[in-house]
Amino acid sequence: MQEDGLRLVLPLAAVFVGFFVAPLFMLLALSLSREADMHALTLAHYVKFFTDPFNYSILWATLLLGVKATVLCLLFGYPIAWIASRVHARWQTVLLFLVILPIMTSVVVRTFSWIVILGRQGVLNRIAMGLGLTSEPLRLLFTETGVVMVLAQVQMPLMVLPILTVMSKLDPNLADASRVLGAGEWRTLWRVTLPLSLPGVIAGCILTYSASVTAFVTQTLIGGARLVYMPLHIYQQAIGANNWPFAAAISIIFMLAVLCVVAVLNMLMRVTPDHASR
Amino acid sequence: MPAARPRWRPDWESLSLHATFALISAVAIVFLIAPSLIVILTSLTASQSLRFPPDGLSLRWYAALLDAHQMQQATWTSLVVAFWATLLCAVLGTPAALAIARSDRVGARLLDLLFMSPLLLPALAFGFAALVFIYKLGLRPSIPFLILGHVIVCVPFVLRTTLAALTQLDPSLLDASASLGAGRWMTFRRVTLPLIGRGVGAGSFLAFMASFDNVPVSLFLADERTEVLPIHLWQQIETNLDVRTAAASGVIVVFTLLLMLLAERFAGLTSQMR
Repeated sequence: MQEDGLRLVLPLAAVFVGFFVAPLFMLLALSLSREADMHALTLAHYVKFFTDPFNYSILWATLLLGVKATVLCLLFGYPIAWIASRVHARWQTVLLFLVILPIMTSVVVRTFSWIVILGRQGVLNRIAMGLGLTSEPLRLLFTETGVVMVLAQVQMPLMVLPILTVMSKLDPNLADASRVLGAGEWRTLWRVTLPLSLPGVIAGCILTYSASVTAFVTQTLIGGARLVYMPLHIYQQAIGANNWPFAAAISIIFMLAVLCVVAVLNMLMRVTPDHASR
Repeated sequence: MPAARPRWRPDWESLSLHATFALISAVAIVFLIAPSLIVILTSLTASQSLRFPPDGLSLRWYAALLDAHQMQQATWTSLVVAFWATLLCAVLGTPAALAIARSDRVGARLLDLLFMSPLLLPALAFGFAALVFIYKLGLRPSIPFLILGHVIVCVPFVLRTTLAALTQLDPSLLDASASLGAGRWMTFRRVTLPLIGRGVGAGSFLAFMASFDNVPVSLFLADERTEVLPIHLWQQIETNLDVRTAAASGVIVVFTLLLMLLAERFAGLTSQMR
């Protein structure tokens, strides 16, 4: 039975080796070669990236963008998950449906609707000016604030779903015990529910973070041409400048950077259950 | 459940927590839903401009879609690519999930990690890598490569939901089937598949939507003559923001909603995604 089992994985494994692993190794080889013909071995592209402030400031801005979007998602997503885990099953389905809707809608469409909302004549500016909050239209489109807002909207389900999964498995007796022992609701949330739901929070952060830093369409359409993040940088170098080896090097750097952040968060997740059970 | 209280007094602490969280969630829900509603309302405008609230209501921009041949062609291409990508994801992903769920070897867990990694890695970097690879093989981008690229980035959805469904599957049912004389294929078709079908279905739905919506991979792997819908719409938005794009967006939002309702009805979408 066991031997038979692993045979079933072979077709997908073959596709992945042939069209995922092999291309990534090819990319690595290309990033280490002087020209696109892949002959002379060199680290020049990596040196160039890390000695040019323009390049590494883009990497830094991208990694920071992910942090901002993830924090915003967490601030709104945790309460949604908390409420969803407490309401009747039917309302939970409705709530989840509303949370999932944006991520299902085509990214271009979603981004387009934000352009209508965030523009100078957009909905948000007309509301703000109608209420007398501002006399001049605010600049939201083509700013990082706009990008963070849109990313948070889009990635919200990636935060809510893992938290909800962990929260629904929590023993409700623990929170009751905390209350019986005299802790108020806020204290119970802070000392019992939150620590126990940390694995879900971290899983949500991993998904939200990696989706936000790599969200090419949202970053480019809402951020405009002047706000360059890593995905657009790779695209411009590969297609615009036709500098394949350099584009390969920055792709590798970007992938490793994202993997590092994910690995750190993952390590945190391994630590928390021990911490919580003590 | 609220515990019985000896005498009633307002529990300000509980009230403040519930009120705060309810308020934050309400703001978040408006924030999540408003864009879709606004784009639909804007597309119903009778004028040339993209303003909200719209100036007068009409369906003229939806009628204009009937003449948008390039957009229709792009839609068809996207549907065909998404169909084949989804089919391959289900056909390759379901047996792989069965194998991973049954095996407790390290190799199975490593494979699981490999198959899930396209979700975490930048899809754009993978698209570029695949393009480099195709050129180094002396080939050119084409629709089969495009579909293959979509399979790589969409298969994690099928794997996730199918693996989740398999953990709910009671192994004694399989033993019972085998001891009653059913072969492996018979057991799979009559026992396993009906029990995990909703998981496979929900995953396939997610894979379809992800493929239909994919930009980063299509950007590199579509040949010059092939244009997929999201890239076509993107170019429309970047060059001339016209109301036809809003109408196309309206159609997409409504279709997405309908498909989601169907997926919820037949595959229990929201419960499968947890």
